Amino acid sequence: MSRAIFTIAYFTFLEAARARLVRLLLLVVLTAFAGGLFLNEIAIADSQRIQTAFLAASLRPASVFMLSLFIISSLAREFNEKGLELILSLDLPRTSYVIGKQLGFMGIALLLTSAVSLLLAAYAPAGQVLLWGLSLLGELWIMAALSLFCLLTFSQIVPAMSLVLGFYLLSRSMTAIQMIGHAPINETGTVQLYMVHALDAIALLLPRLDAFTQTAWLVNNSGSWAQLGPIALQTLIYLALLLAGALFDISRRNL
Amino acid sequence: MTERPLSAVPIPILALLTLALVLQIYWGLRTPLPQAKAQALPPPPNHEVIAVASFGESIVASQSMALYLQAFDNQPGISIPFQNLDYATVIQWLDRMLELDSRAQYPLLMATHLYTQVPDPARQKQMLEFTYRHFFAAPDLRWQWLAHAAIVAKHRLHDLPLALKYSRAIARHANGPGVPHWAQQMPIFILQEMGETESAKILLGGLLANNTLDDPHEIRFLTERLKEMETGIVEKSPPLSKMQQD
Repeated sequence: MSRAIFTIAYFTFLEAARARLVRLLLLVVLTAFAGGLFLNEIAIADSQRIQTAFLAASLRPASVFMLSLFIISSLAREFNEKGLELILSLDLPRTSYVIGKQLGFMGIALLLTSAVSLLLAAYAPAGQVLLWGLSLLGELWIMAALSLFCLLTFSQIVPAMSLVLGFYLLSRSMTAIQMIGHAPINETGTVQLYMVHALDAIALLLPRLDAFTQTAWLVNNSGSWAQLGPIALQTLIYLALLLAGALFDISRRNL
Repeated sequence: MTERPLSAVPIPILALLTLALVLQIYWGLRTPLPQAKAQALPPPPNHEVIAVASFGESIVASQSMALYLQAFDNQPGISIPFQNLDYATVIQWLDRMLELDSRAQYPLLMATHLYTQVPDPARQKQMLEFTYRHFFAAPDLRWQWLAHAAIVAKHRLHDLPLALKYSRAIARHANGPGVPHWAQQMPIFILQEMGETESAKILLGGLLANNTLDDPHEIRFLTERLKEMETGIVEKSPPLSKMQQD
């Protein structure tokens, strides 16, 4: 079983290279680098800080977008070409397929994180870049598992991608939304009170991505390794939740 | 495509799903919301950054900056009193907005109506001086903000010389067709309030003599006012806010 898992993971990783993801990654990194250089030139003060913040703030969502889009489009193609049926017609448990795919996607996430972190290492302290990179890796692993789960659930690119992007934006802004809800400017009515409780309930089901991969670590040298513990734990819990969801879905799927 | 029954899902998967869900909720419950921290107002972006960020749309950039600044005192989970804002930085923002859009009224409105609400005379004066400084670039367009500044100086700061300075600037520089007569008459009543009745009489007499007024009611009112001054009956001027209503 484990051999099958690693074979699926290996071919998933290989597909990323063949799908020109590496070229796209290089293009994105170069574009961000050029944008950073431009800002560095026009900024009168704090030029390196501005450049580093721009690179970090733009490459983080760009990595999430590239990875999610790749996963969703690759799985959708596989479904349309009946590749899933072919694999599952072999003597292979459905669990192996999901875990193998997820491992392959996690490898691609590692590739993306390494490329982005290497670029940032030229502008920020190595320790902080390592911390930032590990946190980005956790974030990308969660988004990879979510993309897998969404495509297994919806089977179509548009709803799956919309949900992934909506989830990402909500997870990154939920803390701010909750803080606004808990300290309203005007008087609080009953409806607003229910809305605040509803927001709190939704927040319980989301990972706090706003605490992940902070640009401030790179530009202010303010990250500490103690911050990585909760991030790692949250990554593990959420990975388990999404993988269990994906396994649940594929187990109920009628091929 | 029909789904397989729930019983087709292996028990370890159901157990993992339940356990992970419980753990996620537990983790969410034990992680408190971060405390809201007030962020200091940063200096405004420089021209080059604004030009790039707004794709050369300087008017839109000015308007966006106004909305950002207006909303700045309400940050997530916290409301910052105006007193805690760095007024020098606020003025930098207002200056930049007027540089980007010279016909914008919003920065002057914010300065005279919004940021003068702070219970600190020094900060109020900073905003009034900002308005005064920018008035001369377009007196016929900006007179109303300086008129409001004069009212604030007179009634809130009780600084009559400052109110006189602003009202004189309006009387001397804002002479366009859209500027009402009451705005040009402001110095007369402030002078009278200050006890400078002779100066007020000269100004009022000059105003009546040069035939700039065309409303007979206004001419009658001001003529009576001049007579009262000459006979020494009137000691107090009407409040400027009442004049505005008239």
